[in-house]
Amino acid sequence: MSTLAIQTHPSQTTRFEKNAATREPNWVKYLLLGISLSFFALFLLLPLIAVFTEALRKGLETYWLAFTDADALSAIALTLTAALISVPLNLVFGVAAAWAITKFEFRGKQILITFIDLPFSISPVIVGLSLVLVFGVHGWFGEWLVANDVKVIFALPGIVLATIFVTFPFVARELIPLMQAQGKEEEEAAIVLGAKGWQTFWYVTLPNIKWGLLYGVILCNARAMGEFGAVSVVSGHIRGETNTLPLHVEILYNEYNFSAAFAVASLLALLALLTLVIKSYVEHKISKRTNG
Amino acid sequence: MSINVKNIHKQFGEFTALDDISLDFPSGELVALLGPSGCGKTTLLRIIAGLEQADQGDIILDGENASNTHVRDRQVGFVFQHYALFKHMTIFDNVAFGLRMKPKAQRPSESKIREKVFSLLQLVQLDWLADRFPAQLSGGQRQRIALARALAVEPRVLLLDEPFGALDAKVRKELRRWLRKLHDELHITSIFVTHDQEEALEVADRVVLMDHGKVEQVGTPEAVYNHPQTPFVYSFLGSVNVFHGRAEQEHLQVGNEQLRHHNDSYGHSKDVFAFARPHEIKIVDNNHHEGVSARISRVLSFGIETKVELDGLNGTHYEVHLSQQQRQAQSLYIGQEVKLVPSALALFPRELETSAQAQRLSEQQG
Repeated sequence: MSTLAIQTHPSQTTRFEKNAATREPNWVKYLLLGISLSFFALFLLLPLIAVFTEALRKGLETYWLAFTDADALSAIALTLTAALISVPLNLVFGVAAAWAITKFEFRGKQILITFIDLPFSISPVIVGLSLVLVFGVHGWFGEWLVANDVKVIFALPGIVLATIFVTFPFVARELIPLMQAQGKEEEEAAIVLGAKGWQTFWYVTLPNIKWGLLYGVILCNARAMGEFGAVSVVSGHIRGETNTLPLHVEILYNEYNFSAAFAVASLLALLALLTLVIKSYVEHKISKRTNG
Repeated sequence: MSINVKNIHKQFGEFTALDDISLDFPSGELVALLGPSGCGKTTLLRIIAGLEQADQGDIILDGENASNTHVRDRQVGFVFQHYALFKHMTIFDNVAFGLRMKPKAQRPSESKIREKVFSLLQLVQLDWLADRFPAQLSGGQRQRIALARALAVEPRVLLLDEPFGALDAKVRKELRRWLRKLHDELHITSIFVTHDQEEALEVADRVVLMDHGKVEQVGTPEAVYNHPQTPFVYSFLGSVNVFHGRAEQEHLQVGNEQLRHHNDSYGHSKDVFAFARPHEIKIVDNNHHEGVSARISRVLSFGIETKVELDGLNGTHYEVHLSQQQRQAQSLYIGQEVKLVPSALALFPRELETSAQAQRLSEQQG
């Protein structure tokens, strides 16, 4: 995952292209452009269009019905709940971890940095399985959980835990390079001027990282709502109870209820598109800040 | 408010940043901490502010031991080298920050804050910039705002870390004069760190020269410039020529050649460094009986002085400054073999010097 917003300023590229001494032949430009555009059309645009056409094939009424179905509504509610719990928790964790890593010296810093990336490199299915191993009926805490009547696996807590795990790195990864680049001079200035710790954080640190933080939260949220693998293992697929949106899509699809499956899928796709819009707005803000 | 630094020691891993430093900064003075980069001056300033913790020793502020006082309770104003203005706040909010962070009981009303901020902005002559953001200001303006922000909380001492380091030469000169004027108005005890000897000598009441974590000399600009007490001070304040030789009763033996010196304290022969400023050396014919041989490598005759650069016999370099009159009375050309005769020589016994210092001296010379 890249942490820096991609710059689209024309100045650099045109300077290269206008200059005969550095210009590549035209066919190189159009070949590269052709390859990337056809890949984009074939592998990104086409599936997206397919989702929406399939969803709307049987008319708007069926499309609407797919959402208003009780199971679909409960899946939407569950997805929102899981995201609403896990995103703020990861926000707190992300800020705390980024703060600790960039402002303090401690043993095992490198290990912490490495472990933050773990969810990126590990298969989500393994995450789900490990949660079952720990919290399942036959798991480490299984007996204690049963004795105290706490349900983790096949219930909301399990889904939240799985979501937290897979969305763990987004905020921290976004903030660490940002805070490292900013250094600690402004914070030192605030402290010398008499600011308390929380005042320094609230009035100096937070305003400096707010766009990066928002960017991280958006990515975190997108992943939280779209996560399939890890959640699938711990959810148990109980209709109307432990089905999130992605799981609901799968169930509908497996039941050959294609139009409903695609309708719900289109909702997730819309969510992704919305995320992209917000993300580019935030990126635009970030680049304006750093250039200003 | 007076500041006393007592036996401060600071180590960064293997590197000794400050080695048993003790200094007294009397109330109301503007003092420069001067030295080459890495000499520990910024570390000392940060320890006084409380931004850095000394390994040993005490910081006494106004007679009270402040070593364990938190930065925010020390009532110091600190101006950072790169200003450290709050980027997301207007100039007004930057200057008001310290006042607004005060606990409720001590916090002035918003109208009082406004009054105070504008009076400070007027003091630094930038009240017309109150609504701008730091990015819209020039370097010199940012530095003055940083100063106004530090003064807002009415600090007992003002600490400035390379305050003009990031500015271009012309602005730097202007701000230097302005800082001196400001200090004369406010009389707040101030310490500023610099590696620029001209800056230190021009602005400060007193100069503390530091090298390798140690204090080399403390004194008024006149005293440290005219009476350097160590070879380091001699070579750091202005350009200087060094002759390595052996001091006899009345002359200095440099290789096969002799220079006269006027120092009575050398009764018997001793290895010494002998220093002479560029304007304290005469260029004479190479058949002169006294003097050190050299060959002219460059003659720069712009300005009121002519600078003559010369190469010595064993790879040493010399610099001689001549007035235009002297220059006209003498024909000098590149490649000419001449002898150098110092009119004054400051001698420092060589055994006092560590090999590291000797090394550096020959580096500075080369």
